[in-house]
Amino acid sequence: MALNEMFETDGTVRPHYRAYAEWLAAMPSQRLDEKRAEADSLFRRAGITFAVHGEATGTERLIPFDLVPRIIPAAEWDWLQRGLKQRVTALNAFLQDIYHEQEILRAGVIPAEQVFRNLQYRPEMQDINVPMDVYAHIAGVDLVRAGEGEYYVLEDNLRVPSGVSYMLENRQAMMRLFPELFANCSVAPVEHYPDLLLDCLRSVAPAGVRDPTIVLLTPGAYNSAYFEHAFLAQQMGVELVEGQDLFVDDEVVYMRTTQGPRRVDVIYRRIDDDFIDPLAFRPDSMLGVPGLLMAYRAGRVNIANAVGTGIADDKSTYPYVPEIIRFYLGEEPVLSNVPTYVLRRPDDLAYALAHLDELVVKEVHGAGGYGMLIGPRASKQEIEEFRLRIKADPARYIAQPTLALSSCPTFVESGLAPRHLDLRPFVLSGSDITLVPGGLTRVALREGSLVVNSSQGGGTKDTWVLER
Amino acid sequence: MLSRTADHLYWMARYTERAENLARMLDVNCRMTLLRQDEDAVRRRWTAMLSTVGQLEPFLAAHGDVSEPAAIQWISFEGSNPGSIQQCFDSARENARAVRGSISTETWETLNTTWLEVRRFRNHPLAAEVSGEFFEWVKFRSHLARGVLGGTMLHDDALKFTQLGAYLERADNTARILDAHFEMLAHQTIKFDDVGDYYDWGALLRSVSAFAIYRKVYRDRITPRRVAELLILHEPMPRSLRHCMSAVQHTLEELANTRSVETQRRAGEVDAMLRYGRIEDVLAQGPRSYLHGFLARTADLGSRIANDFLVSEAS
Repeated sequence: MALNEMFETDGTVRPHYRAYAEWLAAMPSQRLDEKRAEADSLFRRAGITFAVHGEATGTERLIPFDLVPRIIPAAEWDWLQRGLKQRVTALNAFLQDIYHEQEILRAGVIPAEQVFRNLQYRPEMQDINVPMDVYAHIAGVDLVRAGEGEYYVLEDNLRVPSGVSYMLENRQAMMRLFPELFANCSVAPVEHYPDLLLDCLRSVAPAGVRDPTIVLLTPGAYNSAYFEHAFLAQQMGVELVEGQDLFVDDEVVYMRTTQGPRRVDVIYRRIDDDFIDPLAFRPDSMLGVPGLLMAYRAGRVNIANAVGTGIADDKSTYPYVPEIIRFYLGEEPVLSNVPTYVLRRPDDLAYALAHLDELVVKEVHGAGGYGMLIGPRASKQEIEEFRLRIKADPARYIAQPTLALSSCPTFVESGLAPRHLDLRPFVLSGSDITLVPGGLTRVALREGSLVVNSSQGGGTKDTWVLER
Repeated sequence: MLSRTADHLYWMARYTERAENLARMLDVNCRMTLLRQDEDAVRRRWTAMLSTVGQLEPFLAAHGDVSEPAAIQWISFEGSNPGSIQQCFDSARENARAVRGSISTETWETLNTTWLEVRRFRNHPLAAEVSGEFFEWVKFRSHLARGVLGGTMLHDDALKFTQLGAYLERADNTARILDAHFEMLAHQTIKFDDVGDYYDWGALLRSVSAFAIYRKVYRDRITPRRVAELLILHEPMPRSLRHCMSAVQHTLEELANTRSVETQRRAGEVDAMLRYGRIEDVLAQGPRSYLHGFLARTADLGSRIANDFLVSEAS
């Protein structure tokens, strides 16, 4: 039985939800309906939409926003925060090591071929020094709660994690719709995230640059996360650039302005490694900047996140993260991994093949909830098809037990009903490591569904960390 | 600022201004046809309007003959007409979306709301009684966009590029409105100093919000000469060619870069032509010939501005 964030098993309201529950009980349902309609029009007017792959160009959809917040008690957040900082610190140390001395490989903690044969390992980054030794400046760590309420890390997103604009817009919408709630519940603010991000990016400017020019590099207006790119650029007061706006001359990056070229020092890029420089990576990419990698390797510009962080958040590296934490920090991990079967190991493979109907099987390089098998919900035929795919190339897969994800009351057509959740806090690493209290809570709107991705019918909730 | 950003801002403003002027032209034509039942006159008006916006040929290809409801629908909503009001609002919003990070939230929300709401009008063909409401709505959305820009944006180069676009567009549109009026009257000889047809010239003035201004400036009856003078040469009249080009020239001076010297000179030349021009000379040359010369100059300025500021410099 999955844990309900709001209610104890006997139906009483958990202490940290009490103030909210009282307010909700006093709220006429008609007024809630009105508020839901108002929320919808707020988001539509602000154009907070995302584009969906495979649908006609220019198709824009709203991500459903749910009015019931996900609430986290103060002490729980303190503990989570400690675990998140520990984890991201260790992962950055891992990246620094992998691209320099590779002590962790020599110590035999991780098999060397697992790193070098991984496409996410970028040889271009070997022995390149990056400012402050930080690689993953922005990390969006996905957490879930299961069973009695223990937290597990599901994924460390260290490449170009998105969703933070929804965290901010959800809060803004909630405060606008229900100001009285915020007067009664002491909710920790999140609105300063863009400030922290700007500080973080400024702190990792190339050495000697005192007043760095920062830009946000977007693939353009048709990217599914374009709204977020524009939003963050505006909130930070930096230029939102596309590849065509930048050029490299003599290993220096410039942007094309109405007053001629202007030098760029830090690029917060929202484009995958493969697309940032057609001379270095995919030659057919129109999104990137020719010569960018050369300038980066020469230390004339910094890129956040660094090139090559994928080796640390890859699903094949994930099972080793607890070891990575012990190796670099000499500490026990605060946050647990989901127990994971690595199907390249014969024992794990045999176990997984015998228990496919209980396991979640994921492609090591998959993203967005595509290319996975959820055993307990799959048909016999789906399981057999997947079995063949696994046998053909076991190293491509990992398997995990199906977790009974925690749920939270959510408005659906039939009224309030529990739906499963995850949580993505955003960890910023620069000269300092910071995060705002909370993150993006995603909710699977279909009954029983465990997939929270917005491209697959997920919604979002405001996330409240209580201050006391 | 980024050249690409400047480009989007400039066109965002031009398209919004264009939508407003289209509504103005449509409005005045509708009012005139309410007064005049003469079928020939009605057809002449709408033919002139379609030709002014460069849509006569595609319209005839689709409809065969000119009728008022079809012309209104075509200029307001037709998808294949890249210059319809709806397409202008789409383009304005598309440009705003591309530079959302560089405009104020209020500006974006204003243009996005316009884009969402224009669909409300499209779905039923505009009857004469609701068309007026639509034209008013378009004008107000444009007023709102202009006000929101000025009231919420930092007054820096970004705002100046929107002003540059809006004034150049308005100069072009006022010239076209005037030209269309003369084209409509082409079958008769205009006596510039006689009292003109009150309704014809009054409607022209109303279409550029200049009826009350005319009264205030001249305190006299309406003559074609004064109308032409007011719309071409009168500086304080906000939609006159003189007023618009003076703003274009000033704005260009503030935005100047190392490439824009010749463009500034040409803008100054147009400004001087209007500043020191006399209406006698305009009429002696023939108003339509004068206006066509003017339109060629604004087109030239438009492409020069694009080259100097908006197209990325070669690396």
